[in-house]
Amino acid sequence: MSSVFVSLVTVLFDGVSFGMILFLISVGLSITMGVMRVVNLAHCGFAMIGGYLTVTFTTMAGLPYGVAIVLAVIGTMLIGAVLERTVYSWVYGQSELGQVLMTMGLVLVMIASANALFGSSIQNVPVPSTLRGTIDVGAVGLPVYRLFLIVVAAACGVAIWLGLEKTAAGARLRAAVDNARMAGCIGINVKSLFAVTFAIGCGFAGLGGALGADMFPLEPYYALHYLVLVLIVVSVGGLGSIKGTLCAAILLGLVDTVGRYYLPVGGGIVIYLATLVVLLLRPQGLFGRPA
Amino acid sequence: MKHEFNKLLPAHALPHYRLGPMDVLPWIVALAAFFTFDTYLSLGAQILVMVIFGLSLDMVLGFAGITTLGHAAFFGVGAYAAGYYNLHVSQEPLSGLLVAGGAAGIIGVLSGLLVLRTHGLALLMLTMVITVLLHEVANAWGSVTGGADGLSGISVDPLFGSFEFDLYGTTAYLYALGVLFLVFLVVRTVVNSPFGLSLRGIRENAKRMGLVGASVHLRLVAVYTLSAVLAGIAGGLAAQLTRTVSLDRLTFQLSGDILIMLIIGGVGRMYGAFIGIPLYMLMLDRAAAINPFHWMFAVGLMLIFLVRFAPGGLMSLAERAPFTFLRRAPAPAVSDAKEGA
Repeated sequence: MSSVFVSLVTVLFDGVSFGMILFLISVGLSITMGVMRVVNLAHCGFAMIGGYLTVTFTTMAGLPYGVAIVLAVIGTMLIGAVLERTVYSWVYGQSELGQVLMTMGLVLVMIASANALFGSSIQNVPVPSTLRGTIDVGAVGLPVYRLFLIVVAAACGVAIWLGLEKTAAGARLRAAVDNARMAGCIGINVKSLFAVTFAIGCGFAGLGGALGADMFPLEPYYALHYLVLVLIVVSVGGLGSIKGTLCAAILLGLVDTVGRYYLPVGGGIVIYLATLVVLLLRPQGLFGRPA
Repeated sequence: MKHEFNKLLPAHALPHYRLGPMDVLPWIVALAAFFTFDTYLSLGAQILVMVIFGLSLDMVLGFAGITTLGHAAFFGVGAYAAGYYNLHVSQEPLSGLLVAGGAAGIIGVLSGLLVLRTHGLALLMLTMVITVLLHEVANAWGSVTGGADGLSGISVDPLFGSFEFDLYGTTAYLYALGVLFLVFLVVRTVVNSPFGLSLRGIRENAKRMGLVGASVHLRLVAVYTLSAVLAGIAGGLAAQLTRTVSLDRLTFQLSGDILIMLIIGGVGRMYGAFIGIPLYMLMLDRAAAINPFHWMFAVGLMLIFLVRFAPGGLMSLAERAPFTFLRRAPAPAVSDAKEGA
């Protein structure tokens, strides 16, 4: 096999794992924006919280990696639930502009808090030695950690899909995404359903933030830096569409990574132009329904 | 019956041009600041630039109800155009501003034609994506924009051929104040014109405005373009006064910042930009010297509480009971109205 092929496979692999992390971070936002039509600019902040909690549990408390990740996800969900009951109950009643501003305010608070607690330097999430190194598949050496990321994210994707398609709660949520008012009329408690969904979405974002810390470096401006990417994934994929979010995330991960390798200067232009075209032709996103 | 009829057509629905003593106040304050704080004139000039930028945003956001996250695109394009013009064509300042406004206006009309058919989240996303796209273009197109280094070495000719731009910012301050005054007159005239009134109608209910025969899309594109021109002029002014243009003139973050500053003052109220922006920038200047992150925390909290309890910003607080003597013709802000109701 030629070296061009090897490097291409490596790049594609990196792109997919990047996209999978992006999927984990974005999927909660897609659902919350789909159900409640809330513009939540602070969603990336929950990924940041997950990452910082993992740092706290591993480096500072000395817990094993797996335990720390689980605790970080639970912690992010709790913080998400608390904020959902407090700040977001104000956000829901606002116009779009008000939602943008309030959640932007929340982003600023998150950035300042992260800086106060952890300082402005990049924090590393230590990865256990079993997940380091590479596996040789044919002539291509694939990093174990990236493989692990793809497996975990894919498992999450399957879990989300099963949860949405095969459980009663999922059916209720789908009903609420399609028509929140009608769902309320047939006795679905949209509010509490949404609170739980919001917390779970925050949990997935937290997981993405914790696992993806090597691709998305943890620093206070995290909540703002990746916001544009996450919003692009959600809006191109289509609000409330898991399939759309997954496709958009992997596509964006691939284009971004391939662009970074082969087109170092203008890589971003391709992504943003493509986003522009998609949103102009289909404002509701690739898999979204017209509002 | 009579009461109901008044509700149908309130007196203040029609444009009116009555000026009161409150209209003179901002200018008196600006001139008083010129004479009393003469060591801070550079900062003062930057504040005035941002007030121009804020006014241009207020026109689309507050009066036409276009929720945009991409206003920095026009500011940045104006800054780059003015910088390029200064370095390669002429160092004359006023023509530089025209070039800046023209370049931003071209981007404004093109992007407006494309994106203003959408609304809500799609519009927010499109305006944001256009900004980050232009940022990437500016980053990649090094031969014109200087790439990551930006443009530097801008040196501006004396204003009107006789007023040198000195180190203390005396000329710069008065130059910026003059431009602000002209921009203010333009914005005031436009929003009080029948055209401006139709924009408020579109803000309140675009569908209904279409049904009564107003060409909604064209009107929105027109005001968007005009606002882009004004934002471009602000950007050009910033380039001339700071003598540099950098990529941070063209960021999503700047769009957010100007939005926050305008909201603090009050959107859709003409003087919101005059209150919120100087307040924000003066406090930022003090706070940045101590700890920028504490400031961020405070702004974030303030934003949440302001939107919750005073969506019309500080100006709307001034309209409340204890300040009724200041009350002007009410122009409800876009954030007061629930969308899609």
